Amino acid sequence: MTAPARSGSLDLGYGSKLSGDAVFSRVTWVFALVVIVGLGAMAFEMAGASAPTLSVFGVEFVLGRVWDPLHRVFGALPFIYGTLVSSLLALVIAVPISFGVAIYLSELAASWQRDVLGFLVELLAAVPSVVYGLWGVFALAPWLRTSVEPALAKSLGFLPLFQGPIQGFGMLAGGVVLSIMILPTISSVSREVLRSVPSSLREGALALGATRSEMVRLAVLPYARSGLMGAVLLGLGRALGETMAITMVIGNRPEISASLFAPSYTMASVIANEFTEATGELHLAALAEIGLLLFVLTIALNVVARLLVGRVGRVAVRGRL
Amino acid sequence: MKDRFFVRLFVDRALRGACLLSTVLALVPLASVLWFVVVRGAHGLSLTFFTGLPKPVGEPGGGMAHAIVGSLEIVGIACAMGIPAGVLAGIHLAESEDTRFGRFVRFSADVMAGVPSIAVGLFVYVLVVRRMQGFSALAGAIALAVLMLPTITRATEELLRLVPESLREAALGLGVPKWRATLRVMLRTAAPGIATGIMLAVARAMGESAPLLFTSFNNRGWASSPAEPTASLPVNIYTYAVSPYADWHEQAWAAALVLVTLVLCLNIAARWLVRGRLP
Amino acid sequence: MTDRTNVVRLRDTAADSGELSRDASRPRLEKPDAQSVKMRTVGLRAFYGDVQVLKAIDLPIVERQVTAVIGPSGCGKSTFVRSLNRMHEVVPGARIEGQVLLDERDIYARDVDPVRVRRRVGMVFQKPNPFPTLSIRDNVLAGLVLNRVRVSDPDALVEKALRQAALWDEVKDVLARSGTSLSGGQQQRLCMARALALEPEVLLMDEPCSALDPIATARVEELIHELRQSYTIVVVTHNMQQAARVANLTAFFYMGELVEYDRTDTVFTRPKERRTEDYITGRFG
Repeated sequence: MTAPARSGSLDLGYGSKLSGDAVFSRVTWVFALVVIVGLGAMAFEMAGASAPTLSVFGVEFVLGRVWDPLHRVFGALPFIYGTLVSSLLALVIAVPISFGVAIYLSELAASWQRDVLGFLVELLAAVPSVVYGLWGVFALAPWLRTSVEPALAKSLGFLPLFQGPIQGFGMLAGGVVLSIMILPTISSVSREVLRSVPSSLREGALALGATRSEMVRLAVLPYARSGLMGAVLLGLGRALGETMAITMVIGNRPEISASLFAPSYTMASVIANEFTEATGELHLAALAEIGLLLFVLTIALNVVARLLVGRVGRVAVRGRL
Repeated sequence: MKDRFFVRLFVDRALRGACLLSTVLALVPLASVLWFVVVRGAHGLSLTFFTGLPKPVGEPGGGMAHAIVGSLEIVGIACAMGIPAGVLAGIHLAESEDTRFGRFVRFSADVMAGVPSIAVGLFVYVLVVRRMQGFSALAGAIALAVLMLPTITRATEELLRLVPESLREAALGLGVPKWRATLRVMLRTAAPGIATGIMLAVARAMGESAPLLFTSFNNRGWASSPAEPTASLPVNIYTYAVSPYADWHEQAWAAALVLVTLVLCLNIAARWLVRGRLP
Repeated sequence: MTDRTNVVRLRDTAADSGELSRDASRPRLEKPDAQSVKMRTVGLRAFYGDVQVLKAIDLPIVERQVTAVIGPSGCGKSTFVRSLNRMHEVVPGARIEGQVLLDERDIYARDVDPVRVRRRVGMVFQKPNPFPTLSIRDNVLAGLVLNRVRVSDPDALVEKALRQAALWDEVKDVLARSGTSLSGGQQQRLCMARALALEPEVLLMDEPCSALDPIATARVEELIHELRQSYTIVVVTHNMQQAARVANLTAFFYMGELVEYDRTDTVFTRPKERRTEDYITGRFG
């Protein structure tokens, strides 16, 4: 065993003045800054692009019911209505099912079921939007037209919701497609929220003689309430901004109708359909303003949702892995 | 007493059944979509689909070679921009002390992840397309990179935080500079998980069509450079699906089969990479 | 200021070679003149945020001796060794005041690169922490590879370091396996081999056996015994028997203060301070 190198063989000073650490931390800092700048630039550029309509129409833009690019009249209310109603419809369908899935996977299922079924539900999120659209056009809409909508009209036709001509394409088709697309979001975030409930609460309930479902109702759900609310809002955020699938099935007519069978139009759809063929600056600006509205709306929703879910960043990342 | 017990038991069974039913119900659309895509897509698939270009409107036949290559090109460029940026930003979040700046970056990334993809397309149109005076694969790639950025940033951060601090100490104790310990030890150890996050982000970007509609636009033939309008699979599926031609519908299904196969393979590979390795 | 007098007292004791030679079974403690003090701390204070965990420590580390640092949990002994190679400051909010001299040069001076300090003052941690992504062989070479040092004969170096760590015979056939596939005791010796491959002048060990079973502990202690032929070693331990077994010199820390520093046998048989006596007789801690 030879003696190791002794004193003085290695000096203590810096090799060069510019240390690798300083360079590296500055480089990573710049890219972190890119994230902030990117978000800021989005808001700035879209506000800039929609300036013309913002100044010409003001609040009228949001309240106007007529959208006529040829005569340069731009009222976005039909799109706002279509977006909100289709998203609410999607929530009505998706929320109970998503909660059922989340409860089943986190509280009731055996571990192999958890893995396999959890993976399959996640795959729902992996299917591209445009493929859902394609399926909506050739599978869902015909099915709604031939089976579901006639049945609804017959049994619930006294409600204004289920009146009018049956076409397949329309608000109902849009809502159903959206509900399928937001289901994995809501269920995977809810599942993570439920997983974060301390198991001592569960054990406490079971020890008092509660059945499994009573345990979920009495011990788990109250604890998870705000997190589940956040999950629903994250799902709503996705529904509001979803574009391709709903554009392909909702019928694309800027009308406000009480019937779910009637065609409608959403904010995202009108941007997708008209942007490349916009007639003139004002039309472009009007579409940009719709984009800006959508942007602001989804950001606000996401902020609230993330506050509710708490550490949703971690939750969302894990949920996706 | 006894009656109430049976009622409770019945309610328990019923509610459990409802949860199971929801799970099954949730998977019906997945089964239906995959069934349609496979059956109708397989019908439209042929060698020419992979090698040929579209025929003039109204003429049957032709393929989507240009859209397959275009998709890969756009996603490739997006990866070249989005992955390094996201990973480096994630490293900053995980490695630097808890500052107001860091919290704001994290918050921005979370918010950015919720921005609708169509809004991102609009943003890139105003930012790039209008300034470059033309649609291009490059613009499409920028839009996809913007979509990938927050996901990759947060995945990198979270997975770096899962690496035990003792490994960094081991490296620092060996006289390794901090930055090299971060790259060669921490990042290396977290690599499988980060790769999974990246692959899921890429898979998602690959299926996006909304942000490409007015950035990379479309093209009936080969684009000669990334500065030209470029066809992509998702945009082609959309235009073919809403067209009135039955032959185009068939090609849309074939394209959907190719796209879904790509995306699902990426997803499954990503999950296989970290099987059982996350805490 | 009692600390200062302790150091002086040690020098007096050590100078009294007559007393030292009486115990022939123990290695002789040379007179710690300027040459043989490898490191020393001068008024070393350490903080986590506003909390002071070390109070003006003056302690010499004598060359080619094993110095044990003992004391109850939370007494600052870990912080003390971590400040000897600038690992203390790695924790956010941690800072140091005072001096730590390595060959009479202050390692906290402004122009000193902590990375170079750590190359000269190696460290073995409480929990074995081999790199999970590297093989056994690459773990040994990690310090060199990560520092981009070119090695002419890496295999010879791996063998030498593993032999020094008394691990070679156990792993020579499985060098390609992952470092984390070894048992806890083997992992800890692998970490020692990894530190030794860099040929440090001083080796710091922060409770190296606390995560190990008794048999693995015995092996590591044996190893420390052998290594003191050529290295200056500082061992933190909460196990007094261990200190008595492996160290020539012992420092007792209590509540962030250096209470007593002397030859090990003196500390354990004739402690000068009441608190030291209470601790080693098990009255607290």
